[in-house]
Amino acid sequence: MRKNLNIILAYAIMMGLIILVGIFQSWNVALSIFNMCLISAVMTMGANVQWGYAGLINFGLMGYAALGGLAAVLISVNPVEEAWRAGGFDILMCLWLIIAMIFIIRFILKHFEKTKIRTYGIAGIIIAGIVIIRITSESGIEAIEAVNPATTGFLGGLGLPIVFSWIVGAFFAAGLAFIVGKVALGLRADYLAIATLLISEIVIAIIKHEDWLARGVKNVIGLDRPVPYEVNLQTTEWFINLVAKFNSGKLELISNIADKQAALNQLVIEGSSVFVKLCYSGLFLIVVIALLIVTQKALYSPWGRMMRAIRDNEEAANAMGKNVVKQHLLIFILGSAIVGIAGAMLVTQDGLFTPGSYRPMRYTFLIWVMVIVGGSGNNFGAILGGFAVWFLWIEAAPISLFLINLFTMGLPETHELKVHLTESVPYFRYLMMGMGLLLIMRYRPKGILPEKIEIK
Amino acid sequence: MDFLNAIILLLNYIFVPALTYGSQLALGAIFVTLIYGILRFANFATGDMMAFGTMVTILITWYFQSIGISLGVLPTAILAIPFAIIFMIGYMLFVDKFVFKYYRINKSPPVQLAMVSIGVMFVTQAVVRIIIGPADRRFFDGEKFIIKAGEFKEMTGLNEGLAIKSSQAITVFVTLVLVSILFWFLNKTKTGKSMRAYSDNEDLALLSGIDPKRVVMITWIIAGILATIGGALYGLDKSFKPFTYFNNMLPIFAAAIVGGIGNPFGAFLGGYVIAFSEIFITYAYKKFFMYILPESMEPETLVQLLSTDYKFAVSFSILVIVLLYRPNGIFKGKVL
Repeated sequence: MRKNLNIILAYAIMMGLIILVGIFQSWNVALSIFNMCLISAVMTMGANVQWGYAGLINFGLMGYAALGGLAAVLISVNPVEEAWRAGGFDILMCLWLIIAMIFIIRFILKHFEKTKIRTYGIAGIIIAGIVIIRITSESGIEAIEAVNPATTGFLGGLGLPIVFSWIVGAFFAAGLAFIVGKVALGLRADYLAIATLLISEIVIAIIKHEDWLARGVKNVIGLDRPVPYEVNLQTTEWFINLVAKFNSGKLELISNIADKQAALNQLVIEGSSVFVKLCYSGLFLIVVIALLIVTQKALYSPWGRMMRAIRDNEEAANAMGKNVVKQHLLIFILGSAIVGIAGAMLVTQDGLFTPGSYRPMRYTFLIWVMVIVGGSGNNFGAILGGFAVWFLWIEAAPISLFLINLFTMGLPETHELKVHLTESVPYFRYLMMGMGLLLIMRYRPKGILPEKIEIK
Repeated sequence: MDFLNAIILLLNYIFVPALTYGSQLALGAIFVTLIYGILRFANFATGDMMAFGTMVTILITWYFQSIGISLGVLPTAILAIPFAIIFMIGYMLFVDKFVFKYYRINKSPPVQLAMVSIGVMFVTQAVVRIIIGPADRRFFDGEKFIIKAGEFKEMTGLNEGLAIKSSQAITVFVTLVLVSILFWFLNKTKTGKSMRAYSDNEDLALLSGIDPKRVVMITWIIAGILATIGGALYGLDKSFKPFTYFNNMLPIFAAAIVGGIGNPFGAFLGGYVIAFSEIFITYAYKKFFMYILPESMEPETLVQLLSTDYKFAVSFSILVIVLLYRPNGIFKGKVL
């Protein structure tokens, strides 16, 4: 108990802050912050598995999150049969071509000596393959995108419940991580960072511009939800009764029946959106707790010990007979899969998929700030970092507005400086994040909750 | 005649834009490579530092315009750049003293310094957006074109026009002058040689009496000059938008690594490699083929290898390929 005191204290403060938002702003805001905190926590856990356990630096988080989101679309949207009839065959042909290409290259890699001719041959096959694929797919893609372009214009998905996509998203991200890991893991740390960042940009570019896949920048909206809709709740008997029961004290004070009904209606509308958010919180909490248990178990298992050994001294671990390359690849895939889950969860919560919104600032660097601030190598720290940083990210605007008003109190309302500062309030969050990161790196380089390994 | 038309077409749509874009990338890439070679970390704040320098240039330009100073046919910004450089050097030295110095003295691993540079990136980005706002700004004044497409057509009687904007000419000219001075400095002067020695082998350089403080300071001064000029030229040619500058960091990194990181000459050429391949691969060659092929063989499609949406993706793919096959870059840089 005692040794975990700082963890409990840190989490209590965090919860207290969110509850304060609930009391002073509204429960709706507090719960939406809480939900995003949970999603951020999943992402930071993914990054922490890679960075904290194994010392692998992955700046491609954005790409894995986007793939998770793509999975949510491909799983939950109903298939567009017309589009499949129009161009499905061409797309499937292309898929086969890609698979054939991969097998041919694998075959060449296995059966020929490494020479210049082999390298050029492979390059030639890839270029020829791209040209052939473009020619085969062109008509199909045009046909698909012509099918009702205002609402569909893509192949659609499988029409399954969206929660499945959390698992599928993990597999998508793991698949990408396998490829990236094979290509880039041998690089030195800061090159790995740049390479993963650039590869994730390529992934985003593909998702953005291949409209037949998920409508690209035209966005997919109105995804199915795993939880009830507010509109339906507002007309459901048991929910109205529940709200009435919760607020019975408040309602009894109102004597007029018509007023009472109006007040109840208002409460039901507010209550329904809080209820929906609570449902999401429940679902997300299950994921966070399950992941936390698994990652904690892994951290203290012999495997976790080996990962730390590899992280701290690669050569020594190698000399002990540990396969460093294989373990790096494994943990790269695991961590990326967790980020994929978070990406799918995010799209599930928003109910829409907007490829244009995946930007490195928000989905890579912010997550890294969370990991560093929270404490790398410590799962509780990473989750706390996700909570604290996201909370600050959202509440930065009101805080900075308050500070600006405080410091420019003597100036008149229309003073140029004051107006200018008030207009640029949204950018103060970057300032806070940067300062926070710099201060933590300088004075508490291991994060708020540092890594602590107990030998049992 | 058709053949000449085809050549002019390529010059106008590929060569001139790529040369300009490449020069802008090259300056950024030399900046990255210098920081990497001498201070030994990947500077993620590159794009935002360039945005900061450009912002100062714009503010000074506005001031000059308000008091009526101008350079006639040349943009006023050229006059503002030297002042912006002085300010930017101050900023660089300030950041170094209060942020990077601590980690350098403690001999922190490069990854930690890269993380710190992300903190600097956040702060710089915030400062730029708070001061000048996130909007798109154009600050080019003076004569816009050296040759207009129409005039060129009249002059030569060809079907295709060749337009050269004065911002393009200024970019290429300034880049060449700046890079020549820089290489002369690095290769011929004593200070430059000591910088190269320090980059090559720190311990050996220290043993032979090179003052590390001085080397680091000069590196930041050169970095300030490069960041301001590179950013301002990009802003003059296209427009200034903080978000674009942040994004430009990625092709700049690609250029530096493709050229062999730590090698300024490689970075210089890397910029052009990236720029030319981006534009070569995403250009639609239909019109070109219409000129050079007989009518019966004219292509029906756009003859475009990749759509322009993938412009950035091209440079990143080149980077991945280079990392796979020549991890030191095309012109041997440091071993990764």
